[in-house]
Amino acid sequence: MMKNRTQEKEVVFIDGARTPFLRAQTEFKTCTVYDLGRYVVSGLINATKLEGSHIDHVYYGNVIQDVNTHNIAREIALAGGLHGSIPATTVSMACISSNIALTMATEAITTGSIESAVVGGVDVMSDIPIRFRKPFRQKLLETQRYKKPTDWLKFFKGLRPSDLLPEIPSISEFSTGDTMGKSCDKMVAKYGVSREEQDAYALKSHHRAHEATEKGMLNEEIVPVPLKNGKSIIKVDNGIRGDSTQKKLSTLSPAFIKPHGTVTAGNASFLTDGASAGLVMEKQRALDLGYKPKAVIRHFAFVAQRPGDELLIGPAFAVPKVLDAMKLKIDDIDVFEFHEAFAGQMLTVLKALDSNDFAKKRLQRNKKIGKIPEEKLNKWGGSLSIGHPFAATGMRLVTTAANRLIREDGRFALIAACAAGGQGHAMIIERYQG
Amino acid sequence: MTTQKIIRLQVEDRVAIITLDTPGEKVNKLNEPLIDEFSKILDQIESNSEIDGAVLISGKEENFIAGADINMFKTRETAEELEELSRTGQKILARIEKNSIPFIAAIHGSCMGGGTELALACHYRIVSDHNSTKIGLPEVKLGLLPGMGGTQRLPRLIGIQKALKYMLTGKNMYSYQAGKTGFANEVVHPHALETAGKKAVKNLNERYIQNPDKRSFAEKLLEGNPVGRKVIFSQARKRTKSQSKGNYPAPLRIIDSVEYGYKEGREKGYSYESKAFGELAVTAESRALVQLFFGMTAAKKNPWEEKKTDVKKIAVLGAGLMGAGITEVSIEQGYHVWLKDQDIESALKGASEIEKNLNKKVKKRILSEFERDSKLSLIHATGDYDGFEQIDVVIEAVFENLELKRKIVDEVENQSDEKTIIASNTSSLPISDIAAKAKRPENIIGMHYFSPVQKMPLLEIIKTKKTAERAIATAYDIGVRQGKTVIVVNDGPGFYTSRIIAPYMNEALLLLEEGAAIEQIDRVIKQAGFPVGPIALLDEVGIDVAAHVAGVLSDLFKKRGAKTSNKASKLVEAGYKGRKNRKGFYNYEEDKKKKKGINKEIYSFFGGAERKSFKDREIHQRMLMIMLNEAVLCLQDGILESPTDGDLGAVLGLGFPPFLGGPFRYIDREGAEIVADRLDSLEADYGVRFRTADLLADKAENNEKFHT
Repeated sequence: MMKNRTQEKEVVFIDGARTPFLRAQTEFKTCTVYDLGRYVVSGLINATKLEGSHIDHVYYGNVIQDVNTHNIAREIALAGGLHGSIPATTVSMACISSNIALTMATEAITTGSIESAVVGGVDVMSDIPIRFRKPFRQKLLETQRYKKPTDWLKFFKGLRPSDLLPEIPSISEFSTGDTMGKSCDKMVAKYGVSREEQDAYALKSHHRAHEATEKGMLNEEIVPVPLKNGKSIIKVDNGIRGDSTQKKLSTLSPAFIKPHGTVTAGNASFLTDGASAGLVMEKQRALDLGYKPKAVIRHFAFVAQRPGDELLIGPAFAVPKVLDAMKLKIDDIDVFEFHEAFAGQMLTVLKALDSNDFAKKRLQRNKKIGKIPEEKLNKWGGSLSIGHPFAATGMRLVTTAANRLIREDGRFALIAACAAGGQGHAMIIERYQG
Repeated sequence: MTTQKIIRLQVEDRVAIITLDTPGEKVNKLNEPLIDEFSKILDQIESNSEIDGAVLISGKEENFIAGADINMFKTRETAEELEELSRTGQKILARIEKNSIPFIAAIHGSCMGGGTELALACHYRIVSDHNSTKIGLPEVKLGLLPGMGGTQRLPRLIGIQKALKYMLTGKNMYSYQAGKTGFANEVVHPHALETAGKKAVKNLNERYIQNPDKRSFAEKLLEGNPVGRKVIFSQARKRTKSQSKGNYPAPLRIIDSVEYGYKEGREKGYSYESKAFGELAVTAESRALVQLFFGMTAAKKNPWEEKKTDVKKIAVLGAGLMGAGITEVSIEQGYHVWLKDQDIESALKGASEIEKNLNKKVKKRILSEFERDSKLSLIHATGDYDGFEQIDVVIEAVFENLELKRKIVDEVENQSDEKTIIASNTSSLPISDIAAKAKRPENIIGMHYFSPVQKMPLLEIIKTKKTAERAIATAYDIGVRQGKTVIVVNDGPGFYTSRIIAPYMNEALLLLEEGAAIEQIDRVIKQAGFPVGPIALLDEVGIDVAAHVAGVLSDLFKKRGAKTSNKASKLVEAGYKGRKNRKGFYNYEEDKKKKKGINKEIYSFFGGAERKSFKDREIHQRMLMIMLNEAVLCLQDGILESPTDGDLGAVLGLGFPPFLGGPFRYIDREGAEIVADRLDSLEADYGVRFRTADLLADKAENNEKFHT
């Protein structure tokens, strides 16, 4: 995708939808990934008046996977109102899972193997699989081979009491053992991002999301979800703190590196439940079938660094790639939608992009990419305020970017996101001119 | 081996596989050619010592045997002929039961009536666990009893009480229950049927296998001795009498037949059953029910089949009781439904009502949770018209108000495609009035559903002079898919069903004004075979709705000089709406579920609490005759296109007693002259509203019937 292959088919983004994003352990706590996924797919059909037979494949992202629905994409497609004859693939790439879902679909459409796809992602952090520890699991599985009652005497042999404790997964790097927050805290220290800057950035995110919600900007992307037999209808995100102040944020203590860390619960994205979905199609087919595209998918890139103290800096590497590929500059971009894992991580990325030093040392280029204008970046809030259900975020970014392009009468939007494992992603979409 | 017309016989591993596969039909029906072939096959099997057993299986996709071919009854006039038919069937089943080799019934798909009786005569039954598999003895619904040994074999297999339940209601037994009741010896997946059948032959030849007795301890205790059985039968009779009001002879004969068999033994039981079958089959009740059945079967065929357009997306406007009901029966068929209300919250409330209903099905294991979720995903709640140009059919179920409905038509026309069909679920407003200002009146049609939509089997389609055939064909197709019996009538105030119920309701209100008691009116009408009395019905449908319908029709009746009661609208003014606001002719408990006696206060609208006693017959005649006469007027005015539509509409939509066959069938049975005479004398006593319809007078004079 790095070359501009004009002879290739164009991929258009018709529309996207998401459930409200809710803090974990709130109203969606009774839901599973399967539930939120089918709500959002049904909602996407609602929004696009999509006809099942127009879809060739479903690519769906999920990070925290449930053993019962191991190819969650398939269950969601079946239960979400799509036709049973559409193959479905679950993909996983940490926080950029729905981005890879989208780009896989894009590639399959450009090469002509399919003409349209439903893409998206879901995560329910209220429902993480808590497992027995490995020794106990091993023992349980061995019992299947037990033949006589006395075999059970072997059961406790070699098993320690602590092996019986459940194992609760944490959001940490498998390779380094560091949690996301810890990594971020190290990174901001390295790049000299202050606590005040981080708090101010987080505050802005909340205020912007609050304002966008109040003005109804997000309604276009949100699918209301009825719970408890319609007794409650969830229509808005519940993590947004419109009343937050810099002072309040400054009182929070560091959450990961104590006592002198700078990442707090207030300037980090929170555990979130939510799902997103979008519809992409080959342009001509979409037009023939009467769909009204919102945007055209132009270019994308994925990058990775070895996990270390720059775990979440991926966008700083991915953004130059897509800009270069399209021979565009920061000034050419009207809408920026970046995933905000942490305020500190965002600020680091922004600093890196605006640093000649970083450009020379890390990107092997003479000049910095430039400063991203604040007023064009995450205008309707971001993951810090709206929330971050891992696999759902990517599709939210694309949907919001497309909607903003229309509202703000822009042409190009740049989407970027970091992910666990030291990975990153960037994509450029262009408003569809019909 | 031998290939016959209906039945294929193949011997594999010394087992005869008998495949029933009526050529050119979707289902197998028990008829003379099939029985003929079957008996020849039996000859072959019996004379072949290389065969150890037989498996009876169907070649149809989702059907074992759909029951006896009812056309066989048409060609037989007398009770003796029909009794003989039953005996012939019994004889062939006896040949199976008494055969020296085991016979296995391998059932997948619907297995009804004679099919079930055939399975009962086999030595072993295997049932597929597919959701299309249902077993039943629905003879009672046709005023008959199972005449091929069903009344003898079923109670002995699953117990008297359970057998009576299935035979007296005609309800289906699904595979889960088939296993639980002991009807099925085995429940397997559809593709294992034949293998399981062959294995069963082997097992049965090796050792004696008793049918499982799945009766509860209490059932065994009660059914195991003559005294207990006596209690069961007398209780069953009592219940049946109170439910059927003596209008239906079949249920009692079913109980008699079962009891006779237990007292006198099976052989005499079979004999009794055949005799009862013959006698029941010639009763007016059974004849009427069979005619209705034919009418319903014929109505399944869309007369405009070629004109229909393919429907994928339906929109329902208004998420109230009716809107949600229409949505539910639509998603059941896999349609995506855009359920629109003023805002998304109201729309989602409607969707949640559907969720509650589907949850009940999950509890009864009719649906899996996953199937429920998949169905619910087909509902798209919305508060706006976005994308309505993609919708094929819009059905509006908003409040009954002409201006509102016209506004809706205008909105939908502006938002939708020029091909979008707009159907109104009005219960009385003329469709041509609703379409008066429409840009595309050819797309506008009436689809009158009845409440509760999930249960009521009728869809009344109303066409105007401008309605395109494409619209009629498509609406008809949707109705049939939703499992409804469809009638198509012409436009007019109240169309057919509301038009004939209005004078009937009016008469009930006039009777109240004259001093009749609520309980007497309702009792008399229920006794006559209606499911509810007219006063209770007023509460059910809503006094406001009834007043509205009366208003729409008032011009029509006034023109004829008919006396009309204005009490319904007076009651609405005073805040009486019926069950929905727990303020009606009856009192209701908090949850609106139960009636709690008469609301005596309401008599103040009808001349005070003092009531006088009327002759039951007077109430009965006034109520019934006014409705019959109005039905004939509908035919005379061209609202109805056929008397069969009139019969189906009244029975399936209004609860007109099925054993009477419908207004027209009933007039034919009584004789047009007699009905006209009764109307004449009612007119003399109560006024011009009972004036005999000209068409009825003609029929009386020429001694003709409506049905030929």
